[in-house]
Amino acid sequence: MTNIQTNGVTQSVRPLEPQPAAIVVGASSGIGAALVKELAKRGYRVGALARREDKLDELVAGIKGQTLVKAIPHDVTDYEAIPDVFSQLVDELGGLDLIIYAAGVMPNVGPEEYDFEKDRQQVEINLLGAMGWLNLAARRFQITKSGTIIGIGSVAGDRGRKGNPAYHTTKGALATYLESLRNRLADSNVQVTTIKPGFIDTAMLDGVEGTFWVISPERAAELILNAAEKKRQIAYVPFQWRFVMLIIKYIPSFIFRKLSV
Amino acid sequence: MPTLKPELPDDHLEYVEAWGRASGSVAHVFRPSTIDELKKNFKLAQETGRTIGFRGGGNSYGDAFGNRENMVLDLSRLNRITDWNPETGIIKVEPGVTVEQLWRYVLADGWWPPVVTGTAKTTVGGCAAMNTHGKNGFVMGTFGDHITEFEMLMANGRKKVCNREKNSELFHAAIGGFGMFGCFTSLTMQLKKIYSGHLEVEGCSRPNLASAMSWFDENRDGADYLVGWLDSTAKGSGFGRGEMHKARYLQPGEDPAPARTLSLQAQAIPDSIMGIIPKSSMWFYMGFFFNNFGMKMVNTGKYVAARMLTGEKGKKYQQPHAAYHFLLDYVPGWKWGYGRGGLIQYQTFFPKKTAEDAFAALLKLNQERRMPNYLTVVKRHKPSDFLVSYSPDGYSMAMDFRITRHNREAVSRMARAMDEIVVKHHGQFYFAKDSTLRPDIAQQTMGTEKVAEVIRLKKKYDSKFFFQTDLWNRVFAPLAKK
Ligand SMILES: Cc1cc2nc3c(=O)[nH]c(=O)nc-3n(C[C@H](O)[C@H](O)[C@H](O)COP(=O)(O)OP(=O)(O)OC[C@H]3O[C@@H](n4cnc5c(N)ncnc54)[C@H](O)[C@@H]3O)c2cc1C
Ligand SMILES: NC(=O)c1ccc[n+]([C@@H]2O[C@H](COP(=O)([O-])OP(=O)(O)OC[C@H]3O[C@@H](n4cnc5c(N)ncnc54)[C@H](OP(=O)(O)O)[C@@H]3O)[C@@H](O)[C@H]2O)c1
Repeated sequence: MTNIQTNGVTQSVRPLEPQPAAIVVGASSGIGAALVKELAKRGYRVGALARREDKLDELVAGIKGQTLVKAIPHDVTDYEAIPDVFSQLVDELGGLDLIIYAAGVMPNVGPEEYDFEKDRQQVEINLLGAMGWLNLAARRFQITKSGTIIGIGSVAGDRGRKGNPAYHTTKGALATYLESLRNRLADSNVQVTTIKPGFIDTAMLDGVEGTFWVISPERAAELILNAAEKKRQIAYVPFQWRFVMLIIKYIPSFIFRKLSV
Repeated sequence: MPTLKPELPDDHLEYVEAWGRASGSVAHVFRPSTIDELKKNFKLAQETGRTIGFRGGGNSYGDAFGNRENMVLDLSRLNRITDWNPETGIIKVEPGVTVEQLWRYVLADGWWPPVVTGTAKTTVGGCAAMNTHGKNGFVMGTFGDHITEFEMLMANGRKKVCNREKNSELFHAAIGGFGMFGCFTSLTMQLKKIYSGHLEVEGCSRPNLASAMSWFDENRDGADYLVGWLDSTAKGSGFGRGEMHKARYLQPGEDPAPARTLSLQAQAIPDSIMGIIPKSSMWFYMGFFFNNFGMKMVNTGKYVAARMLTGEKGKKYQQPHAAYHFLLDYVPGWKWGYGRGGLIQYQTFFPKKTAEDAFAALLKLNQERRMPNYLTVVKRHKPSDFLVSYSPDGYSMAMDFRITRHNREAVSRMARAMDEIVVKHHGQFYFAKDSTLRPDIAQQTMGTEKVAEVIRLKKKYDSKFFFQTDLWNRVFAPLAKK
């Protein structure tokens, strides 16, 4: 398989200092990278995945401290490879307590553009990749009766806006998929948290206009982990989006399409 | 770059929890019921690049039978008694036979296991692997002292017969070798002849640590069992005070009706041990006492009651063997009283000379940090000649600590401080109870030579380190790498 980068920490797990293990898919930049750092800070052993090897290198090299961080270059659309990468990482981390699916793309789509390739890429990365990874984690957690799954959706999943139909579709579908997982796993002591970020200051926002309440990816990472720790089913990040979306969800379509939201 | 391991199906994944419930890990758990199946499990592990750890009854307090992300072979279904001679008291069993199965099988013939643990849920294999002790360590030694021979399935799939003459190096390493050399598949033991199903028990109280400790050697002549329970919460002049129990087997003729007391019915314990509370819900009521304040009440109350009932001079009464040894087994789920976080035990062994000072320092430290241990048990031991021996000619003290979501770090820190006391007083640790030991402290307490010898024999009998557990990986793997 591809090469693994590691920060070289080899401390063994002790019963009273358990060092839970987490996998972050989509970890090379933005929210995912911030999550890796925050998890390491909280004492997790972390496995990090994304395509850009140099970015992963940088991330791993920047994390010093007590816990092990491992990164594997991986493209989530390489579905066939997922089971092997999954088992290998779980093995290297010595278990799995938490998985976060953060991989996502949002290409620019013009108002008269209907580019199937862009749509397909989004479905493949934002949705199918999530199923590829989270199905494996869900099965393992169901069998071992513990674990936490976090999916990074978006406020964009709550409504279908004009802008980028496929993006809204994938985030809406992801939220539904996560709800189903939550219901399936409720009896197995597995926590499933859907995160719906508003505007987070990452590369994804480059060129996006009219943003507000923008928070840093570091702050977002803290809020995301806190939400899961508090066993939230759905959490808007930052929280004020909850009230905005509550209203937006109930605006009738004929009005919604006239608003520039 | 590590090579990819071939798939091992995930349908055997299980969370393997420490007996104390404070920790655990996920592993592929298999439960062979024949030696053939056991061999197949070995092969499967080898084909899929996994290591193997053994689980007997799962009564070790910490991580001794866990094997994170690898294979755990639960041997409790290998539980046949294959030979029994009521004339000589020699019994041959498979490793998953429990101490309970054992005593119930031989009692009517007038025999009893020479060394039993505080719970009868332990297996013969698990007791051999840890070389357990009872309340009679000072006279009967350890479990392994009564094993005359065993068969072991080695990493290469071959069987080795070991006794004190044949393969004696492996015999002395595997007993006490915490499952790191191979799998016991059959064990032969010499049991102890008894002439009554009752023991004569004598309880008394001792007002402070010095007198509690001297009680052991004052009473060892003529005693078959000695155990002391200390009030860990007492301060000032009553510091280290305790309730002591000695017991002895009845001699031939002392029991007027041995056939009756040697029956299983006579060993049964009433269903409600406190009169009104059904024992099945005891743990619920115990929950109220399993906090620092409640424990102070229980410890003080127990001492005062002992003093009133038995006084310093002592009072004699007769008790069935099972009730004397396994009382806690008759309170189903008592450990649940400790709450969701579970408990750990910190047990240390000291030579006669340093024991009292060490115990005083440890108890004082617990009190200073406001982390009293909930149950403090003192026993007397003699040395053993097995490789991984933990008992000197001296005393052991076992302390139970409740673990909560918030105190893990504080307990770890206190364990570090206790380790220093142990090293300073030439103490030893016992892996069956351990959850906190670190490689450097293991090296200091066992001695560099002993550690090197364990690793040398590990390499000799299991060169590929096929047998591993979380305990091994925590304490020995870092030392083996050096
Ligand atoms: C309430 C209670 C009271 C206790 N009182 C005492 C006491 O008084 N004295 C004492 O010494 N201990 C005591 N213990 C500890 C207990 O006796 C030991 O942990 C013992 O080893 C447990 O036996 P087990 O069958 O449950 O083995 P496990 O805990 O399942 O395993 C113990 C070790 O044995 C190995 N093992 C198991 N079977 C085999 C096999 N067939 N071949 C090779 N290796 C094997 C395992 O890998 C592991 O390292 C007590 C524990 C409890 C919970
Ligand atoms: N920023 C926001 O305002 C905002 C708002 C709502 C929701 N979100 C969601 O938050 C998540 C993270 O986005 P971000 O803002 O942090 O943007 P980002 O910096 O672009 O992060 C996206 C991450 O996904 C990874 N990724 C993309 N395609 C992948 C593939 N095929 N295989 C593996 N990894 C892939 C990227 O790594 P590589 O490119 O190296 O593969 C990168 O690490 C996304 O799901 C996004 O939809 C963001």
